[in-house]
Amino acid sequence: MRTYELMFIVRPDITDEDLDKLVSTLETQATNAGATVKNIERMGKRRLAYTVRRFNDGIYILFTLEGLGPVVKEIERRLRVNEPVIKFITVRVDEDQKRLAKIEKHRATRVRGKGTRAAEQAAAAEQASAEQAPAGA
Amino acid sequence: MADETTNTAAPTATADAPASTPSAPSTERPRFGGGRPGQRPGGREGGGGGRKFFRRKKVCKFCVEKIDNINYKDVRLLSQFVAESGKIVPRRLTGVCTPHQRRVSEAIKQARNIALLPFASGR
Repeated sequence: MRTYELMFIVRPDITDEDLDKLVSTLETQATNAGATVKNIERMGKRRLAYTVRRFNDGIYILFTLEGLGPVVKEIERRLRVNEPVIKFITVRVDEDQKRLAKIEKHRATRVRGKGTRAAEQAAAAEQASAEQAPAGA
Repeated sequence: MADETTNTAAPTATADAPASTPSAPSTERPRFGGGRPGQRPGGREGGGGGRKFFRRKKVCKFCVEKIDNINYKDVRLLSQFVAESGKIVPRRLTGVCTPHQRRVSEAIKQARNIALLPFASGR
C-alpha cells in the first residue's frame, strides 16, 4: 500500500457548494476505486506563481491517499477531464515517511542513551572527588 | 603557454601583473599560486589555505538545523534557495551539502509544477 499526496488547483471563480460537491465526488470515487482517503486539506485561495489557463489565483486542495498505483491513475484521469480543476500533481510519500520515521527513532534512542551516560559519568566523578578529599586531607 | 603570447604589450609585466588587471585573457588563466587577491574568493579556500582572503567555511543549513522534511509545500524554505530570477541557486553559493541540494532541487521542481514557485520571473 503506497501513500500518495495529490495536490490540485481549482479555478477561483467556483462557488463554495460546487467546491464541496467536487471534493466529495472525488472522495467517493477514490474510495470506490479501492483507496483510503486519509486526509483532505483545503489550503485556500492563493496567488499562482504564473498564469494557468488565464487564471492568476486558485484554490489549492490536498488529498492524502493510501492505495495502489492504478487507483491514482484513475483519479488523475478524472481530474484531467474535470473542468474546474486546472492543475494537479501526485507525489509518492511513503518512502519519505519511512525514512523520516527511522530518523526520528534513531534520534530518540540516541538522545536517551547520551543522557543516561552523562548522568553516570557525573555520578562517577562526584564519587571520585569525594574519595579524594578525605584521602588528601 | 598560448595565452601569454596574446599579451604582447608587456611580456615581462604579465608575471607580476597588478591586482587590478582589466584585460580579459589574463583573468582566464587558472593560476592559484597567490598574487591575485580578489579574483577568486571562496570556493577553493576551504582546504587549500595560504590565500590572502579567508572565506569562512559555509555550513549546510539542513545539516546544522537538522531539517529533514524538505517538502514542495513549504514555499518559504524553498524560496531561500531560489534566485530573484527564479533560478535554483548553486550549492557553492548557499553552502548546502550534496544530498540536501538534490532534495531541494527536486522539491523546487515539484513546486514549480504546481505553481507555487515560478519557472522564470521578470529578469
